[in-house]
Amino acid sequence: MMGSRQRKIILHTILLILGAIWIYPFIWMVSSSLKSNIEFFGSGLNLIPKIFHWENYARAWETAQFSKYFFNSVVITVATVVIVTVVCALTGYALGRVSFPGRKLAMVLITATMFIPKGYTIIPLFEIVRHLGLMNHLSGVILAESAGAHVLYILLFTSYFSTIPGELEDAASIDGCGFFQTFRKVMLPLATPVIATTAIMQFIWSWNDFLVPLVFTLNRPELRTLAVGMYSFIGEYQTDYTGMAAGATIALVPIMLVFIFMQRYFIEGIAGAVKQ
Amino acid sequence: MSEPLLSNQKPRVKLNTSKRRHRRYYWAYLFITPQFILFVGLTIFPIVMSYVYSFYQWSGIGPLENFIKWENYKELFHDTKFWHDFLHSLEYMVGQTVIVMPLALIMAILFNESKIKGKTFYRTLYFLPVVTSTAIIGIVMANIFGNKDALVNNLLQTFHIIKHPIHWLDNPTLAMTVMIIVGSWKFFGIVMIYWLAGLQSISADIYEAAKIDGANFFSTLWYITLPILKPISAVILLLTVVNGLHVFDLVKTLTDGGPYFSTETIDLFIYNYAFASDGIPRMGYASSAGILFGIFVFLLSIGIGWLIKKAGQDEKVKGKS
Repeated sequence: MMGSRQRKIILHTILLILGAIWIYPFIWMVSSSLKSNIEFFGSGLNLIPKIFHWENYARAWETAQFSKYFFNSVVITVATVVIVTVVCALTGYALGRVSFPGRKLAMVLITATMFIPKGYTIIPLFEIVRHLGLMNHLSGVILAESAGAHVLYILLFTSYFSTIPGELEDAASIDGCGFFQTFRKVMLPLATPVIATTAIMQFIWSWNDFLVPLVFTLNRPELRTLAVGMYSFIGEYQTDYTGMAAGATIALVPIMLVFIFMQRYFIEGIAGAVKQ
Repeated sequence: MSEPLLSNQKPRVKLNTSKRRHRRYYWAYLFITPQFILFVGLTIFPIVMSYVYSFYQWSGIGPLENFIKWENYKELFHDTKFWHDFLHSLEYMVGQTVIVMPLALIMAILFNESKIKGKTFYRTLYFLPVVTSTAIIGIVMANIFGNKDALVNNLLQTFHIIKHPIHWLDNPTLAMTVMIIVGSWKFFGIVMIYWLAGLQSISADIYEAAKIDGANFFSTLWYITLPILKPISAVILLLTVVNGLHVFDLVKTLTDGGPYFSTETIDLFIYNYAFASDGIPRMGYASSAGILFGIFVFLLSIGIGWLIKKAGQDEKVKGKS
């Protein structure tokens, strides 16, 4: 047997080398975004460009309209996160704290949507948004992004609210708080961890989603999100490799930062999916 | 889900409890109303309509008039492209599952067992691909593999593994392999977290007892860890399989189904008929393909669900003996 110290050093070395290979595509992407188009091919494995070509970013941001895509992504993501979190918190509170008639049925219905076979639901979703007349507006994409039963979030909120002792609610009611005030002033602040988990998971989901914004912006380039904008960029400027890398960096770095700072909540949410 | 306890309060209050309870009910209904509207309008209705559309010939424009009963399904059964794409979806799913499940378990055990410093750092590193946009990964990877002078060929040539650049995405087998590798890389972190959640539910006492009994690392793994993980591994299998069967973003951006439709999956097949066909869109036909595939995924999930149940019962029997 090896000494535990030696074993640790070996383990660290393996994990570091594997880790470097693991995220190498991202390193390559950032490095390419600062190269010239000639260097992109000519420089072999050299990661650091001779001159930093920041103009790749200017080109992506202005000429290729990534500024607009970025704005759309932010608006759609933030709005969806707010809608989904609020709606799920309200539902979870009602289900977790009040045994109203029909509560069991509601729970069954919500979980059932996870399992029943569905077809290609984006076609009817598209039709609904068209009938509401929201096709030419970001709100149409936001509505479509907010769709779904959000089973995991609801279950997280329900089980969290149901564990809060009833005495707390009684105390609030003695202090003169009504149902809504108790929820707003006492219960909601207690549920911060669940709110964080829901918000961060939905944030990452909406920011990265491709199919919904793709379908809803097929004929409306001005509504494109970063992922869809990136895809159309490839079609229009096929040989602008460094511009592609700059655009990809603009799209990926914000979400990576959000994850790095909020990862505890995100990972708890993912782990929650198997435990439920 | 109990009502707040009021039984130890004075009778006068008790008289009001019924009224108070009803007021709570109204509030509860009010609270679930937004969810109810979203649920009915944007979940139930689309699910129902996805079935309805599949019985119509419909371009997506104008009213739903041309009811053709089972014609879409009949055509689908004779559509060789549908069955080819069906196989591609299966191929991708099996490839990704076989790669990701065991490797992610090994990594999770490594993270769980060893008391190394910087665990969070490593976890972040290996989890990073998960949070990135699949569509953008597809585009970046198309450049990494696709260009004959780009990263992968460069690397392999520098280390003299290959002499001439390989056209990774121009060969059907290689293109599917690249897609599976990239998809596995992207999904790996999630499965690792699933396994970790399972491992952390095993109490330290069991390991302590095994140690006292003189069990080494591998016998502990084989006789203790893996059997305990059996029920949760079935859940992870289910999640991995369903994820692998619905691959769209990656195939659309990495290969767009090429070369010669050899990597086209069902989700891309449906999308192309519904939204990207060169002629008139065939929403009805696309819907029927969606239903057929949805039912297939459902039946497969039931099969795995049965495994979950069985694994759970085995555990209970063992626990009693």
